[in-house]
Amino acid sequence: MNNYLYIAVMAAVSYTIRVLPLTLIRKPIKNQFIQSFLYYVPYVTLAVMTFPAIIHATQTPISGLVALIAGIAAAWLGAGLFPVSVICCVLVFLIELFV
Amino acid sequence: MNDKFSRKVFCDGMRDGFPIALGYFAVSFSLGIAARHAGFTPMQGFLASLLNNASAGEYAAFTLVAAQASYLEVAIITLIANARYLLMSCALAQKFSPNTPFFHRLLIAYDVTDELFGITIARPGILNPYYTYGAILLAAPAWAGGTACGIIAGNALPLRAVSALSVALYGMFLAIIIPPARKSKIVAALVAISFALSFACNYLPGISSLSEGTRTILLTVIISGTAAILFPVKQDVSENAVEKADASVQKGDNINE
Repeated sequence: MNNYLYIAVMAAVSYTIRVLPLTLIRKPIKNQFIQSFLYYVPYVTLAVMTFPAIIHATQTPISGLVALIAGIAAAWLGAGLFPVSVICCVLVFLIELFV
Repeated sequence: MNDKFSRKVFCDGMRDGFPIALGYFAVSFSLGIAARHAGFTPMQGFLASLLNNASAGEYAAFTLVAAQASYLEVAIITLIANARYLLMSCALAQKFSPNTPFFHRLLIAYDVTDELFGITIARPGILNPYYTYGAILLAAPAWAGGTACGIIAGNALPLRAVSALSVALYGMFLAIIIPPARKSKIVAALVAISFALSFACNYLPGISSLSEGTRTILLTVIISGTAAILFPVKQDVSENAVEKADASVQKGDNINE
């Protein structure tokens, strides 16, 4: 397996997804199933990828779990992309100093 | 003519792209750590990010590459994880004037991301592509450079720091999925169900032997498909997109603060 081929595959798919609607579709998608499916996909994919992976990414599961809960709480209270990321990182760092 | 080059429009784009570029650098740094696990060199990571511009999509692909998946699997996960850009591109297609030269559509397609889509769609009136080009000029190199730095520094940093930085990406994912979950009970339930099923599939005999990427694809299609049948979205897609854009712009502002 060649990393450059992987990159080429990823790039081709990513660009195709973006360029096809921009060049071909000039009207909004009308099909309600596709519309709804596309609407839900990002949330489900990201949620599936986040848990339980986050508790395996850290050196101890407990720090990952705390980061998950704190991240959810911070995002719920309205913190943006960058602050939530920083909060998660700092918590993991602090917890792993002591655990 | 609203689609011609003007220094002001281009600088507006750079101004709005600057906070986005800062955030991109930080997040793609942690993406670089995932790329390092997949055996990517800094140059390969730079290239992958420069050509993909997709956090979740790249992350998912890197995990698969780390597991030595097939090219087809990598193509499918990239398609699934980036499916939302299809929706955004549909909305952006409506922003173009029929008179704007065709090649601008090909160039804008290069960097349709949550944030750049957000600031682009939030501009009133017909799209002047040079606005978005201004933002891309800062955001794309920051994204690619961050990934390369993550791979380089990931080798040099102590294990404890890598461990802490590796959750940055998950933090960003949470910041994307939680605010809509707060607004919509359906999205909240979907996030909870996704967590639970993903956890279960990680340990259930049989399913757990499938690769992580395959499980992600299966769960995404099954959960989103079921939700689309049971709870069809009634709003117009472009309205959702605009709402999402507003949220992204606010996130961009937060990065700036």
